[in-house]
Amino acid sequence: MADKRLRILVAKPGLDGHDRGAKIIARALRDGGFEVVYTGLHQTPEMIAEAAVQEDVDAVGLSILSGAHMTLFPEVIKLLKERGAADVAVFGGGIIPDEDAVKLKEMGVREIFTPGASTEDIVKWVRENVQARQ
Amino acid sequence: MSSKREWLETTYKQASERPVRFSTISDMELEPLYTPDDVGGSYDDALANPGEYPYTRGVYGSMYRGRLWTMRQFAGFGLAEDTNARFHYLLSQGQDGLSTAFDMPTLMGYDADHERAKGEVGREGVSVTSIHDMVRLFDRIPLDRVTTSMTVNCSASVLLAMYLVVAERNGVPWDRVGGTIQNDMLKEFIAQKEWICPPQPSLRVVTDMIEFCARKVPRWHAVSISGYHIREAGSTAVQELAFTIADGICYVEDAVKRGIPVDDFAPRLSFFWNIHNDFLEEVAKLRAARRMWARIMKERFGARNPRSMMLRTHAQTAGASLTAQQPVNNVVRVALQALAGVFGGVQSLHTNSMDETLALPTEQAVTVALRTQQIIAEETGVTNTIDPFGGSYAIEALTDRIEREATEYIRRIDEMGGMIKAIETGYPQREIAEAAFHYQRQLEQGIKTIVGVNKYSTPEELPIDTLKIDPAIEERQVQRVRKIKRERNSVAVREALARVSEACRSGENLMEPILEAVRREATVGEISDVFRAEFGVYRDPGWI
Repeated sequence: MADKRLRILVAKPGLDGHDRGAKIIARALRDGGFEVVYTGLHQTPEMIAEAAVQEDVDAVGLSILSGAHMTLFPEVIKLLKERGAADVAVFGGGIIPDEDAVKLKEMGVREIFTPGASTEDIVKWVRENVQARQ
Repeated sequence: MSSKREWLETTYKQASERPVRFSTISDMELEPLYTPDDVGGSYDDALANPGEYPYTRGVYGSMYRGRLWTMRQFAGFGLAEDTNARFHYLLSQGQDGLSTAFDMPTLMGYDADHERAKGEVGREGVSVTSIHDMVRLFDRIPLDRVTTSMTVNCSASVLLAMYLVVAERNGVPWDRVGGTIQNDMLKEFIAQKEWICPPQPSLRVVTDMIEFCARKVPRWHAVSISGYHIREAGSTAVQELAFTIADGICYVEDAVKRGIPVDDFAPRLSFFWNIHNDFLEEVAKLRAARRMWARIMKERFGARNPRSMMLRTHAQTAGASLTAQQPVNNVVRVALQALAGVFGGVQSLHTNSMDETLALPTEQAVTVALRTQQIIAEETGVTNTIDPFGGSYAIEALTDRIEREATEYIRRIDEMGGMIKAIETGYPQREIAEAAFHYQRQLEQGIKTIVGVNKYSTPEELPIDTLKIDPAIEERQVQRVRKIKRERNSVAVREALARVSEACRSGENLMEPILEAVRREATVGEISDVFRAEFGVYRDPGWI
């Protein structure tokens, strides 16, 4: 496991342009020793799932601040499954109320980070919870 | 008495100093003390009295003694009738002007029934797809008496056309319609990231609107040159100031190049700043902004009308400064930020609601935010005298320094060939991302503090009520849009859209053809599709 660097896709779905968080996370993960692919803004769930498969990533981090998290997270998970990539860990962050975070975890989102989470927490979580895909 | 240097080396050195970094939130280090030695320039040149060039102390002769700032709370959610009800509530509570928040599909030029609108209809603002939504949104609002601000950029031409058609239908002549449309596309590429087409054609549409409004809607501000989003994206105060002024320079250059005399449109250019936590830095930034703009308009563009040189501005407290943790603390942050805005001499102000980091504001939260402004205006006494910080050694020294550093940025952008070129190479985008990352690291290292987040945090928190948007709203709006598309005269719509296409190609001003398309019930998405086809689609380069 140590010989393969984990590859993480940082993705920004939805129509909003709030990419401050996504960029900071992408940079922190890269500084934390992971290979990071950043999609840029305005991605559809299809574009994200497709990029995850093509780039052969081990995890997808979604940054959502538009309020559309209950639509977008499940959609990405469903599309990954359809592409035979159900084992890609999906995590995310943004303005996500606690009760929604609980529901999202039931739907298969591995972790939700809300405002105030430090980049260190996120890097640590990825290190401890994401495994390289076989 | 000792000189400043002697004082620093003796009295100050012998006194104790806390082991912290004495720097602004933008990480500008401050000296322990400012004295008359730190302040340059003569009173007449650098400051002058309010209402006099270079307007450092205020654009109007009597400032808040003549008229208080406009209290203008940004509002929009759900269907047009939901937002209309909030508008009427805000006006009944003493608010002076309206400010409209649109949802993401509207802001990005998609109809509510578009695939990409799924899950986003009415969520971050009000959904407006056709003229019918706009009619409902401004139902029973007297457009000749209430001024309206609309925060929309890449689809701004369509929304302005809709507003003017509502006025037309209500019998209000366009020359009596007043308000502002944000329409600042350059800062979209730099910071807010709502776009349809690449920078160059986007600029052309903005200039079309500046030209159209100068001729037909003289009380309208066709562009609000905005630093707000640049700051929210993580810039420093100096970057916010510099990039915004550089954007302004680009708009003025483009309009002048088209042959519009500068004094014909410049008096209607307005600005929009962010008011962040660092009190002294913000007051100084606003004062520096006025002086810079006045000098640039006079010296660089040869403006003669004093109104062309006056930087009149709206401001909003910093959304990014609000915390999800201990949200009631946000009331205090907002009050202090708003106070800085008032000391900075703004013309219009939005105070954020304490719950805005969690959701769109509840009526109760927005009322507290409005009351905050009313308390500042009518209880604190700060409006009794103009620019009370003027002459403060620290504020004047900071004002000079911020102006100097922002001017240096503008010089670099000029060297690159102007703001469009700078954007194409990603220069301002990278500078901002760098500053955002630097601040995040300072937070995590404890060099900077956010109360309740990285210091004084509490494990258990009382949740506050937040506004929930009913998911059924989306389905209702989608059905409405489909019904309109079924029932309207589709031949008339196609003809009108073809006229918009032609104008895109010929270079003719786009506003008249867009107005006609809107009258014929063409939608935001359909007109935006014309832009996509004619001008191309811009994609995020995804720079980290």
